[in-house]
Amino acid sequence: MDLLAHLPALQVIIPMLSAPLVVLLQPRGLAWAGATAAALVTFAIACALTIAVLDGQTLGYEMGGWPAPYGIVLTLDAFSCIMLLIVSGASSVALLAAKPSVDQQIENDRQPLFYAAWLLALSGLAGIVVAGDAFNIFVFMEISSLASYILIAGGPDRRALPAVFKYLIMGTIGATFYLIGVGLIYMMTGTLNLADMQARIGDVTDINPILVAAGFITIGLALKAAVFPLHVWVPNAYTHAPHMVTVFLAACATKVSLYVLIRFDYMIFQTKLVGHDMQFALFLMPMAILGILIASAVAIFEGHLKRLLASSSIAQIGYILMGASFLSVAGLSASGAHLFNHALAKGGLFLAVACLAYQYRDLRLSQLGGASARMPWTCGAMVVCGLSLVGVPGTAGFISKWLLISAALQSGPWGWALVAVILVSSLMAVVYVWRIVEALYFRAPVATDTSYSEAPWQLLLFTGLIALLNIYFGIFPQVPVELANKAAVLLVESTK
Amino acid sequence: MKLLELLGYFNYWVFAIVLTVGLYAVISKANLIKKLIGLSIFQSAVFLMYITMDKVEGGTAPIIQAGVEDQVFSNPLPQVLILTAIVVGVSTLALGLAMVVRIKESYGTIEENEILDAD
Repeated sequence: MDLLAHLPALQVIIPMLSAPLVVLLQPRGLAWAGATAAALVTFAIACALTIAVLDGQTLGYEMGGWPAPYGIVLTLDAFSCIMLLIVSGASSVALLAAKPSVDQQIENDRQPLFYAAWLLALSGLAGIVVAGDAFNIFVFMEISSLASYILIAGGPDRRALPAVFKYLIMGTIGATFYLIGVGLIYMMTGTLNLADMQARIGDVTDINPILVAAGFITIGLALKAAVFPLHVWVPNAYTHAPHMVTVFLAACATKVSLYVLIRFDYMIFQTKLVGHDMQFALFLMPMAILGILIASAVAIFEGHLKRLLASSSIAQIGYILMGASFLSVAGLSASGAHLFNHALAKGGLFLAVACLAYQYRDLRLSQLGGASARMPWTCGAMVVCGLSLVGVPGTAGFISKWLLISAALQSGPWGWALVAVILVSSLMAVVYVWRIVEALYFRAPVATDTSYSEAPWQLLLFTGLIALLNIYFGIFPQVPVELANKAAVLLVESTK
Repeated sequence: MKLLELLGYFNYWVFAIVLTVGLYAVISKANLIKKLIGLSIFQSAVFLMYITMDKVEGGTAPIIQAGVEDQVFSNPLPQVLILTAIVVGVSTLALGLAMVVRIKESYGTIEENEILDAD
């Protein structure tokens, strides 16, 4: 048995088993090093798996050697690989950069526990991505959610506590809805394995329970993914979380739920139901459009830097959902590429926020005047990532917006209206990114104290790296676009 | 006949009612502990749904015995699933209560509106 065959399982097991070990590493430097090593190994595995998948394989793994519909299986295709790269990449970069920021925000004796929770969140998110059956997705979802509640509440800001409580309530309702949906499908098809479910769902004669299940699963996952009207937990949770946790969660946590949502809608529900022509993607389209426009408008009027970026995240979720709701290969590739590119842009922006927060306690835009003179590198990185968020040519964000616009044009007579939505919201993005730039570069310093200097090199180095990657993937977008394209072809084929 | 059919779904009616009661408590109560109680009721309803669907009339525990054939078994899988879900529910509740303790420590109250006023 070669090692490659076991990689899909190791992906989940390594961070999970490292978590209790990290708790034992009491000197805080060691705990950080242990957690970072585990995350880097996970990232290396994700890269190895991606290379294997790019060759055209779909990898599977049977837990304990039990064959597919009976045992628990892990499956990995191009779509899972995009998410795996995002999850493990975001976690590795955030952990590599995290030490100074975490040292500042979290007490020494609690740091090993903090890193352990981080690894559990990573393990849960990776588990959701590779899980091949519906119930394991639920279990991994709860592992990652419980760990991320702990992470968000771990900081010094007491406002994080009510925010986490809200997240916990809404997250649990979402997960329970998903569980009800899975139960109803199990009742009708007798299987939990996703591939098996896909094959059997066409044979179900009474589709009403399946429709109810589709409703529960769509709403439950939309809650977890912060799809527009169900996003209310996001702004506070992101704003008051420790800064590095925001980097990690904003880059991948909601996207993983969105990934499960897209997978379910395409593989299980989309066109499998005989005698039912409502497409679930079309139900998601209005939510996507409203989310894009309203969340962008909210971001324009937001006065707090982190909250502004959190609102923008909700709009970006809308873009991804919009691409998925075109029901075409072009639309889904745009979604896949935007999953990747938005993780890069928003991850970079929140890293730059963490750099700023190292020197500035108050992150309201009005308090950040003149930051560019004191922290030129941080502000430079923030501008580059901001441009990528807007979608300026030459940055990663441009690629996915371009793909999205061309998919919208192919999508039928209403394509022009959708292009207008995308353009208007991009203009709004220009406005809110400009507000950040204005505060950093053109406003007079508020405080008379001029002792502020750049953030520690560790934070700065990885912020710069992500900013450069935003440009790199804007000029050489082949890898994410090819992955996204492969994923889209797979998903669209599975509806046939 | 119609009535009997409805009564035949007795467990599912209870499931739906308990689910809604739990959800209502989560939404309407301002006290954080009451919200968590509501959340627990909400989750318990789902346990009932899973346990109901595995029951086969006249079915027993799925243990193969020598000499006994044509035995009807209840499906053990939903019970296994729901054991896992109960564990998840307990951990969520424990974490939620821990959050309430910390909220009480730093805000001095567990009423939602007073917490909102405090910041």
